[in-house]
Order: sequence, then C-alpha cells, then structure tokens
Amino acid sequence: MKFGVKVLPRKQVLDTQGRAVEQTLQGQGFDGVQCRVGKYIELELDASSHEEAEKKVKSVAEYVLYNPLIEDFEIVKGE
Amino acid sequence: MKKIGVLRFLGTNCDRDIWQAIEMVHGQPEWLWYQDQFDPNDYAGFVVPGGFSYGDYLRSGALAARTPVMKSLQEAAAKGKPILGICNGFQILCEAHLLPGALVQNEGRRFVDKWLDVQVSTENKYFGGADKSFHLPIAHQDGRFVADNVDDLKSKGQVWVTYQHNPNGSFDDIAGVQNESGNVAGLMPHPERAMAEWMGGSDGLSFFEGMVS
Repeated sequence: MKFGVKVLPRKQVLDTQGRAVEQTLQGQGFDGVQCRVGKYIELELDASSHEEAEKKVKSVAEYVLYNPLIEDFEIVKGE
Repeated sequence: MKKIGVLRFLGTNCDRDIWQAIEMVHGQPEWLWYQDQFDPNDYAGFVVPGGFSYGDYLRSGALAARTPVMKSLQEAAAKGKPILGICNGFQILCEAHLLPGALVQNEGRRFVDKWLDVQVSTENKYFGGADKSFHLPIAHQDGRFVADNVDDLKSKGQVWVTYQHNPNGSFDDIAGVQNESGNVAGLMPHPERAMAEWMGGSDGLSFFEGMVS
C-alpha cells in the first residue's frame, strides 16, 4: 500500500525557504501570495488492512519524518 | 588517562579535530562508530562532533539521532556521563531529545563562517570552566535555535551560552543549551577549532579539560 506524508513547517516557525519564494514572487505580478515550503514523503508498505497501514505510517512519521517542535504532518490517503 | 568516546556517523567531518583536541588536554580519545553500541561505564565522557551526518537529509541530525550508537549514548546520558555536542553534534542531541529545542536554517539563509563572542548565561559544570565569555568560530547553515518556551529553559538554567551578536536568528541569541542536570550540553560554535593561539585563540581548551580532569 502506498501512502504520502506531507510535512510543513509550523506556522509559528519562520520558514526561510517559503520566505525566499515569497520574495521572488513579489513585484512579479504575484504580490500577496503566501508560501510555505515543506516535504512530501511517499511510503510503500505491506499491511492486512488500510487501518493497520495508516497506523504504521503514523508511527513512522512520528518516529522520524517530522519534528513536532518545528513541523506539522498530514497523512495523505494511500492507493 | 581518561577515555573519551568520539561518535562518528556517515558525514561527520570534525572528528579528527575533536581527537586532536582531546589529546591536547591529555585525554584518550576512542572512536565510536554509528552502528556499534558500547558500555557507558568504559568512558569518562563523550563528544558528538560536527559535520554533515547523512548529508543533512530529512533534517539536520535527524537520521544520526536514530542510530544504534545513540541508544548507548542515551544510557550514558541517563547515568550522568558528560556529553558535548558541537554544531551537527548539537543538532543530533536535540533530535535525540537529549537536549531541548531544535536547530533550523539560519534566518539569513546563508552559511555563516566567522569568529565571534559568546557569553555564559548559566555555567556548565563540565564544559567551559569558570570563564564568562569565549571567542570561538562558528560555521553552520542550520544554527537557528528554536524552542516552544525559551523562558522555561531560562528559568531551569538550561540556556548555557548566548551570542553577543546574533548571527543566525536564534531565539534569545542562544548559541548553546544544556539538559536539566547539566551533563549533556550542545553548542553551535566550534571549541575544537580554538585550541591554541596559532589557530586564532585558545578559548576552546576549557571545553575539553573538564571532561578529563
């Protein structure tokens, strides 16, 4: 089963990459566009059910994929 | 001579400097490979050197923090052994939850490489001696210290050293922190690059002397 994990910098944390993109957009006809840059991680795993797989994905995300001090994550439904 | 374990991960690159620094204060360095585990009682202290473990993939220090050698280091920390993390080593200790907070990209987005002054906010019993300020070099891209509650860290005496002029946007100018008991400490500046006058200064000596005395 395939799942995605979206990891984005928390709103409270300055997102340096997002700010760089925003600055590039400014004055180019995209004023006011806000941007946050994160990661998309794809996981493929064997599991007997969708629920079991999602549980596994969540524990992988919590084990290493994101740091709760600086990031939020979201599991994207698998195939 | 007291034995000091020096951790090495794929991409660690300040390991030889740390080896030399420990020898300069008459300690006996020993390599600890990331795949190995060790008995904490065999060592007087540990250093997690700087570099780019795992090429900073995912997050700086995140993958190194989850290797077998770190399981032993967790035990060593619980036993009260002194552990010093420098630069990427600091990032690894934060990712391993041995130290509070996290280190993210510098506010200015650039790699910063220069000598600067740091001040002792709360003295550490193992590293830095009784000095109140240090002249040390920094070299990092992900050195901006962030934490949910810096005031809480301050009140617990966990803010160890602060920059006189903040080079990276760190919360409250924080350059280094320690755990509540003070045996685990991490800082972004590189004391191992300041061990003799010919290197530009010798303020780094006291960071290694405490572990071997």
